[in-house]
Amino acid sequence: MSILAKADCAAIESACKTIGELPHVQWLRRPETGLVMVRGRMGGSGAKFNLGEVPVTRCAVRLENGIIGVAWVQGRDARHAELAATLDALLQAPEHDGLISKIHTHIIEPLAAVQTARRDLKARKAAATKVEFYTLAREAAAPPSSA
Amino acid sequence: MYVAVKGGEQAILNSWRLLAEQRRGDAGIPEITLTQIREQLGLAVDRVMAEGSLYDPELAALAIKQAQGDMVEAVFLLRAYRTTLPRLAASLPIDTSAMSLQRRISATFKDVPGGQVLGATYDYTQRLLDFELSNGAPVAPAPAAANALPAAADIATLMNAEGLLAEESPPADDAEPPDLTRDPLTYPAGRALQLQNLARGDEGFLLALGYATQRGYGHTHPFAGEIRQGAVIVEVVPEELGFAIEIGEITVSECQMINQFAGSATEPPQFTRGYGLAFGASERKAMAMALVDRSLRAGELGEAVTSPSQMQEFVLSHSDNVEASGFVQHLKLPHYVDFQSELELLRKLRARHFAGAGTDGAAT
Repeated sequence: MSILAKADCAAIESACKTIGELPHVQWLRRPETGLVMVRGRMGGSGAKFNLGEVPVTRCAVRLENGIIGVAWVQGRDARHAELAATLDALLQAPEHDGLISKIHTHIIEPLAAVQTARRDLKARKAAATKVEFYTLAREAAAPPSSA
Repeated sequence: MYVAVKGGEQAILNSWRLLAEQRRGDAGIPEITLTQIREQLGLAVDRVMAEGSLYDPELAALAIKQAQGDMVEAVFLLRAYRTTLPRLAASLPIDTSAMSLQRRISATFKDVPGGQVLGATYDYTQRLLDFELSNGAPVAPAPAAANALPAAADIATLMNAEGLLAEESPPADDAEPPDLTRDPLTYPAGRALQLQNLARGDEGFLLALGYATQRGYGHTHPFAGEIRQGAVIVEVVPEELGFAIEIGEITVSECQMINQFAGSATEPPQFTRGYGLAFGASERKAMAMALVDRSLRAGELGEAVTSPSQMQEFVLSHSDNVEASGFVQHLKLPHYVDFQSELELLRKLRARHFAGAGTDGAAT
């Protein structure tokens, strides 16, 4: 769920093409865009307070076999929520024709790899800006003049 | 007397068209795209998200384009948009100690565990105009280290061990915080409302107040204990699931300001804290917010309240640039009747004044 929520909708869409047609789903809750109030903690660890909102789109679908998929994804993209909910339902269904492992290997894992690589590159670029302090050792005192 | 104020419809329609034309600028020049604004004016986008109190880079870019770069107008547009959407949930509190760090510095400990990570900052630039940018030039990718940095313990955890820093821990009930977008502010407001207000407050206003505290108007002896910037995960617990799921990721800036405190009857001498947290890469805002948050705690910490930045009602009532801009700019609305009555009154007063002066003059 976390990988699908953080993935780009177009990337999920194109990855889905590799597993063929997605099954027909019935709406339990049509995509709805609303707001989530993001909370922080005072001083990072104290009592909660409201920081500000993020748009989120949620929906719920049901497969023909009755299995339910739910998605809450940041942003305003109804299609993103629909794909995430459909895949969520499919991943909970009993394995059939190797569909679940196909979803893992063709959709989830490649998307996860892209996200990990992107995060890692950003983190390594930040790491390159870490200050390496060095201390100037005081030069050894000059030997007393022999004069 | 009732004066109907009507008319101007055609003038307003034409004004809209003139505005659209001016916004577009010279039609011979390519139109700016939202992607360009989001990618190349990212700090403007972040500021509009922070003060608009809505984390949506695309919409903030649109607001900036629509407002021709007028930031306060763009913030207003984003605030207006947010009122059209239902509130679906509140997130779990974000965990800034687990932030994917893009920047992390401490001005109090040189060898802070995890290190001083500068990230992308203007701090060490020379503030000389770069004329090469005016023509556009390819930019080489920034160097990357072989390995990412390990997670860094926050400064508060390090200092808490000795009890040198006032502890911040959740209250026993960890209650739901009040929300100023739902209920109007009343005073005195608790610190949760104070932080919510400051987080969406105007950066310029908070910067000036924070600066004032440094110059002596409510001095708090601040040190920038830690500044962090990076991505945090946003999690919600949907009622239909009953467990937490990640819905996405946002970038935030955080500032832990630590301040001298001599102690009081109930508290031992220790450093106290001011906290700043804002959407996006908004470091100056987070620092100013932390200064003002600490200043506003004067009453709570038994300090004399003598300066504007220590006065909660003064700060929280005037920090919001949408409200401030609205009230200042409402002066442009027709006040014809008000003004007419003032004119009448003034004419009478003047007539009386001059009549009186005439009499006095005759008497001498």
